[in-house]
Amino acid sequence: MKKKFPLTPILFLLPSVFFLGVFIYIPLVQNFYNSFFDFNVFSNSKEFVGLAQIKTLFQDDVIMISIMNNFKYAIISVIFQIFFALILASILEDKLFRKVAPALRVIYFIPVMISISVIALLFSFIYNPQMGLLNSFLELVGLEAWARPWLGDSTSAIYSVIAMSQWQSIGLITMLFIVAIQKIPNELYEAADMDGAGRIRKFFSVTLPQVKETMFVNLLITVTGSILVFNEPFILTNGGPGNSSMTLAVHMYQTGFSRDNMGYASTIATLIFLLSAIFALIQIKVSKTGKED
Amino acid sequence: MKENTSSKQYSNFRQKEPKSAKTKTRLFKYSTLIGLGIFALIILYPLFWMLISSFKSYEEIYSDVWNLPGTWNFSNYSLAWEQGIQNYFINSLYVTGFAILITVSIGSMAAFTLSRYQNRWIDIALLFIIGGLMMNPQVALIPLFEILTLFNLIDTRWALILTYVAYRLPLTIILIRAFFLTVPKELSESALLDGCTEFGIYRRIYLPLSIPVVVTTVILNAFFAWNEFLFATVFINSSELKTIPSGLMVFRDALRTDWGVLLSGMVIASIPMIILLILLQKYLVRGLAEGSVKG
Repeated sequence: MKKKFPLTPILFLLPSVFFLGVFIYIPLVQNFYNSFFDFNVFSNSKEFVGLAQIKTLFQDDVIMISIMNNFKYAIISVIFQIFFALILASILEDKLFRKVAPALRVIYFIPVMISISVIALLFSFIYNPQMGLLNSFLELVGLEAWARPWLGDSTSAIYSVIAMSQWQSIGLITMLFIVAIQKIPNELYEAADMDGAGRIRKFFSVTLPQVKETMFVNLLITVTGSILVFNEPFILTNGGPGNSSMTLAVHMYQTGFSRDNMGYASTIATLIFLLSAIFALIQIKVSKTGKED
Repeated sequence: MKENTSSKQYSNFRQKEPKSAKTKTRLFKYSTLIGLGIFALIILYPLFWMLISSFKSYEEIYSDVWNLPGTWNFSNYSLAWEQGIQNYFINSLYVTGFAILITVSIGSMAAFTLSRYQNRWIDIALLFIIGGLMMNPQVALIPLFEILTLFNLIDTRWALILTYVAYRLPLTIILIRAFFLTVPKELSESALLDGCTEFGIYRRIYLPLSIPVVVTTVILNAFFAWNEFLFATVFINSSELKTIPSGLMVFRDALRTDWGVLLSGMVIASIPMIILLILLQKYLVRGLAEGSVKG
């Protein structure tokens, strides 16, 4: 089994290692380092400030608002993209809907393929208080009392942003569940049929346990995605009105690139990294204990 | 209740069914179909609205939200194309093209080494590459900005190409390696006996056999590079170098109330990926599924 180790394989590996090192690993370390300094974009010198930036972090009210918004994002996304998408996927895989399922799969998936800036611009039209589709629709069905400037109202802004994300991403998670359901051996369903299990029974005793791994992966995608979310709130509201729809990543961007406080922005980035790492670890732990049962 | 559902299944299994169960199944089927239809409408209607409104004038979009355009202003499209989308489109093609080319070629080379050899160093290299999946662009944003400034790459298309390559390499390598592992060893051994070099084995045996997985990674990377927003916004300042996602923001600010033209630009931006979805659905879905499970 022993092979001589010629030069070519090493040369083959080098470019990839170089790219990952320079653009992924060095920035990560550099970001931790930057968290202890005070500097601007074009300044050549960084001033060492020790833990001062971390102190600022604890005194910054916007951080708390952002974390709450990221959590709202995570919770609502888990409800829609895990529970609803799984139900949708198992319906689409049901024999009863074999004829319409292929077309519906493509339809539900279209928003996933469209650039987030197109989607966000489209939703700024939908939420527009004067001519927006949403308010016009509410008027049409006699619910004009519910109409409001969705993005301009500090109570509804973050939920409007979250709603758009659900609209865009549900097709992706549904598709991932569909692929997982298709991998379940047919014999399991046949055996359940023999036992006289109904649709709901089969969902809970065959589908659910069999897609557990995919569910865990989707949970990971959804929750870390919610902690990192930037594009949607940045384009739709830029964190406003006030800071009502601020998320951690938007706050980081504004601190670094609008207010030119790169040191503190790095500290926020470190916080984002730690939060997403903690959640990933918790989920890996939980899924492992689940497997032992 | 339990009895009902069980007879429903029984009926599915045997194809012949008692009458009441048949009605129940039908009821379930049609009510679910209505639900699926409503959901499809919620997804499709905004996109349909975008398409028809892109032919309208500003006054029409503003005053008449629901109707079809009175006159179809095809000129919105030529205006959008001339006033900036053309540039963004070309930049997107350039960035996406080079990012894919570099990612897939050096990624498949790395995958070749990682699948053909086994020793401690290979394990470490593999771990190094899989670890790259865990890192996210948001956290690296400021250091990347510093590094690209250092290399004088800020505000060039290569700032995007190089960073896209780095962030797409881990998944690309993992997907291609998984496929390379299934290539029979006999093929490369007999080629070695015939005096083929390592590079020859890679180019003449492994690559041609792996076209399906290469197509999958090309599509996944195209989808990523075409739609990426954060780097495209931060690393490029000049309007003439922007790609479609960040360019549309400039477009919006420049056009103010010229909504029909903006909407036309949005439609143009979406078309390539929707075509990709319809033509290459199978590859795309498989790639997404495998990529997410391994990530």
